[in-house]
Amino acid sequence: MNPATDRLIDTRGYIFLAVLSAAAVLVPILTLVIPDESAFAMPPYLVALFGKYLCFALLAVALDLVWGYCGILSLGHGAFFALGGYAMGMYLMRQIGTRGVYAHPVLPDFMVFLNWKELPVAWWGFQSFPYAMAMVLLIPGLLAFIFGWLAFRSRVTGVYLSIITQAMTYALMLAFFRNDMGFGGNNGLTDFKDLLGFNVQATETRVALFVASCIALGGGYLVARAVVTSKFGKVVIAIRDAESRTRFLGYRVETYKLAVFVLSAMMAGLAGALYVPQVGIINPGEFSPANSIEAVIWVAVGGRGTLVGAALGAFMVNWGKTFFTGALPEYWLFALGGLFVLVTLFMPKGVIGLIDQYKVRRASKKPTAEG
Amino acid sequence: MDHSVTTSLLYLDGVSVSFDGYKALRGLSLTLAPGEMRAIIGPNGAGKTTMMDVITGKTRPDEGDVLFGGTHDLTKLDEAQIAELGIGRKFQKPTVFESQSVDDNLLLALKAPRGALATLFGKPAPDTRLRIDQILETTRLKDHRHRMAADLSHGQKQWLEIGMLLAQDPKLLLVDEPVAGMTDAETAQTAELLRAIAVDHSVVVVEHDMTFVRDLGVKVTVLHEGAVLAEGPLDVVSADPRVIEVYLGR
Ligand SMILES: Nc1ncnc2c1ncn2[C@@H]1O[C@H](COP(=O)(O)OP(=O)(O)O)[C@@H](O)[C@H]1O
Ligand SMILES: [Mg+2]
Repeated sequence: MNPATDRLIDTRGYIFLAVLSAAAVLVPILTLVIPDESAFAMPPYLVALFGKYLCFALLAVALDLVWGYCGILSLGHGAFFALGGYAMGMYLMRQIGTRGVYAHPVLPDFMVFLNWKELPVAWWGFQSFPYAMAMVLLIPGLLAFIFGWLAFRSRVTGVYLSIITQAMTYALMLAFFRNDMGFGGNNGLTDFKDLLGFNVQATETRVALFVASCIALGGGYLVARAVVTSKFGKVVIAIRDAESRTRFLGYRVETYKLAVFVLSAMMAGLAGALYVPQVGIINPGEFSPANSIEAVIWVAVGGRGTLVGAALGAFMVNWGKTFFTGALPEYWLFALGGLFVLVTLFMPKGVIGLIDQYKVRRASKKPTAEG
Repeated sequence: MDHSVTTSLLYLDGVSVSFDGYKALRGLSLTLAPGEMRAIIGPNGAGKTTMMDVITGKTRPDEGDVLFGGTHDLTKLDEAQIAELGIGRKFQKPTVFESQSVDDNLLLALKAPRGALATLFGKPAPDTRLRIDQILETTRLKDHRHRMAADLSHGQKQWLEIGMLLAQDPKLLLVDEPVAGMTDAETAQTAELLRAIAVDHSVVVVEHDMTFVRDLGVKVTVLHEGAVLAEGPLDVVSADPRVIEVYLGR
């Protein structure tokens, strides 16, 4: 009903999508076309690094959808990301075939090592790429559905909900650490060889994964925008701001929360699936509660409830992390904690909020400029 | 359940609610005829808001019957189901969706399918714009339609919430202290607005403001300590010595 805010893509969105498109075009050129000696050539490790950031940005957008717009502070979104990653990892493991250390045609090395004779049911079908991709979305979606159905129906909200999401990812971490779960235990899944027949280490594959991540982030952003600018999105924002009022208007709050939560979990799963081939490993550490909390910090830093801000926050914080863990590794957690406190106290709307404030101030300084 | 137990639109009988042993409602009985407007008065803590909580499914009574339209047992339904039956509510503290525009607040309230699929993929009904315009006119908010609800004055928020009630087009409106914090002029306008609404809706209004209740000119029910103390025209009720003692004579 409001032409200014209901547009699918606003000014900020155009800038965001333009930057993503430019990256998707320029990075392949800088990496593959420009000769390696040139000062402009982009080394493959940077492609993988930025590709990883793009996956984090998609996770941040997914988290912003539930937290920024529906008020559900999930401290367990890393679990959905990791599950998507495991689904992709299982596909990649099945592609290794006889090239593993034990050269077993069906069983991944760690199963041979554990003396297993048969492929566990959970692994069936993962040699098929379409099946694995379906699982990338369905498994996180199903977990979110079951979890959300139980939590939202019994009206668990606020801190309590945050705590149980955190417990969920912690429990999954403990489970995946166990060898008898059949997902590689402690070591996780690694030593991948190829993806759809292409060598995962090859620069071309890395570039393709980078471009795929750009597309996934852009697509995820557009889906999230379509949701939040629809009437459904207005109901979701209403739930965030005045949950019981929304109930008295006749909306089934739990259904709305569940829908947003499941959609967000699927986006997080997709992000995890793109992440795994770019970093070459998935292990239970990805379920670590700290990962989920970090994702919340990205969103807070960039600006909650803005989508673009969430993506921006993921980039900035991870850029900082890459720098810090290189230069002063032992101080990273302090820097992160300090950043969170500063943002909460002084930048409640994050970096995007600062930019908006600056724009407003500039506009009010020259009121006659338009006329 | 297709035979009506009662011809009343709203029927409360022997309703009791206690919070940690404190009895907020003690055998409250009240009936409202279809199309009727009723004013409820009573001192603070009399149980007026709790009564609305019971009718709208927010609070479950320990005992007693609550029937709507003679057939629907409201004690068995949740908030969304009760709202879908056609009971709308305005809260004591104005509760609008602060971060959304006045237009969007009304759009959210407007009678339309409430399901997630309908709101995600559905197109708004063709008369949506028109109905919102009408409500903006009635509630004098036309010039403020694009403002954030948070930026409205207190009185405007109260009106927006009444507008949201109208948009829902419920059979029964429950209005909790609509003029609290309003200026005299705003209070008079609100009485006028509610009388206009009462022409084709049943309304229950809780209010402290006696001038306002007099302006409404309807049957009054006096609540005291969770039960009905007196009922009748304002003049009769206010002459009742028990009412004077607990309420008017303070
Ligand atoms: N959720 C609650 N928990 C505990 N006590 C409550 C609750 N709601 C209302 N009460 C108590 O019940 C009594 C009636 O409250 P209320 O219905 O709000 O009164 P009124 O609206 O008539 O001023 C008050 O004493 C109040 O403190
Ligand atoms: Mg009250």
